[in-house]
Amino acid sequence: MITSIRYEELDILLNDLFTRYGYDFTEYSRASLQRRVQRLFTLDRFPSFAEFRHRLQHDPLYFRRFVEEITVNVTEMLRDPSFYQILRTSILPVLATYPFIRIWHAGCSTGEEVYSMAILLKEAGLLHKSLLYGTDINPLVIEKARKGIFPVSQMQKYSENYIHAGGMNDFSAYYTAKYHLAKFDSSLTGKMIFSTHNLVSDFSFNEFQLILCRNVLIYFERSLQSKVFKLFDYSLENFGYLALGSKESLRFSPIADRYRQIGKEKIWRKVHEAS
Amino acid sequence: MKRAELMVIGGSAGSLQVILGILPVIQPGFPLPVLIVLHRNGVFESNLEDLLASRTRAPIKEVEEKESILPGVIYIAPADYHVLIEQDHTFSLDYSERVNFSRPSIDVTFRCASDVYGAGLVCLLLSGGNADGVEGLQYVKGRGGVVVVQDPATAEVPYMPEHAIARVEADFVVPAGEMPAFLKGLAFLPPA
Repeated sequence: MITSIRYEELDILLNDLFTRYGYDFTEYSRASLQRRVQRLFTLDRFPSFAEFRHRLQHDPLYFRRFVEEITVNVTEMLRDPSFYQILRTSILPVLATYPFIRIWHAGCSTGEEVYSMAILLKEAGLLHKSLLYGTDINPLVIEKARKGIFPVSQMQKYSENYIHAGGMNDFSAYYTAKYHLAKFDSSLTGKMIFSTHNLVSDFSFNEFQLILCRNVLIYFERSLQSKVFKLFDYSLENFGYLALGSKESLRFSPIADRYRQIGKEKIWRKVHEAS
Repeated sequence: MKRAELMVIGGSAGSLQVILGILPVIQPGFPLPVLIVLHRNGVFESNLEDLLASRTRAPIKEVEEKESILPGVIYIAPADYHVLIEQDHTFSLDYSERVNFSRPSIDVTFRCASDVYGAGLVCLLLSGGNADGVEGLQYVKGRGGVVVVQDPATAEVPYMPEHAIARVEADFVVPAGEMPAFLKGLAFLPPA
């Protein structure tokens, strides 16, 4: 019988980590976090909660592993092709009117969405005047994102997504395949800046015309969602766009009244500055 | 037996017909919330909510994250997300790795619901071609929840209920045709 991490124990752990390392997971949704922590606890074969707790408190390298393992890093290129179709047809033409385009992918994981965006920008003739910022709490995925190397086994699916998203070129032109890896073109990576950033505790670092944060907020409690929405609002130029995941919404957020949804898509445009 | 507080129905291939048969007994005033976790595929991908809504007058909706779980409402797990349940009886959605090649995974929801509802949980596993849901039922059973499995002899694809019965001591094994009447009885059971 495998020991279960109880919710009370999880709370103890989260308080420890905040005190010891300054990482605040206390406003993460518990059910998902419990699954992730339980998974790590089982994977690393801890005999008891006490030993798990002790290791986390006294071994900073293990804490690093904890951050890497409890964050969800499932992503893909051009996921929800209809979303990218709208970006291509409705949003990029507006961004094209700016002399310089700044885009923030918040919680970008291994960067697949940043590369997707770079491809869209390149095909719209906008990449040369764009800068894409990709951030994530997890340093390991940021390193991977920077390299732009993905499993070649995914390319067929991505290529299909690309076609469904209205892509008109040959998707394989964007990468070089070698053995089981596909390395994306340096003309794409040259316009990207990757860095760690914690949405819970770090501040705004620039002003953007487009912020994408997809399937990140579902892991946060409402209180934290509200804080992050305020951070995005603060980081978004007036008339800028905020894009969320397919099951996420601005509806219940404190900034909702200053944003207008683009049709039925999970894209909102900022129509008033905060007063 | 503790009075049921949440019913979770898990199904895969061949389960849709059974669910369509169950829905007419879930009408407005049904005493508990019902969550349906189906392995979706192209066949009933698009109009699942509409199809299910045609069989009942009870409110029926896709799960939204952070939404409160209310009695008498039928919730459907959205395609491509796991459905989790928080201690304050709200839903969370999760886009982490597939479990048993499935997202939504029935195992994930059964376990998570059991952590919150314990003996107040009723789980029902229907027809299907993989074993997703079986481990979850074991967990539910261990925490005092009620385990109901479709009689494999009446299942279009018996693999899933067969494995459930082999590995979990089900409280009830119910033929597809008797399922509606059975669930109605279970839901309206007075507290022991």
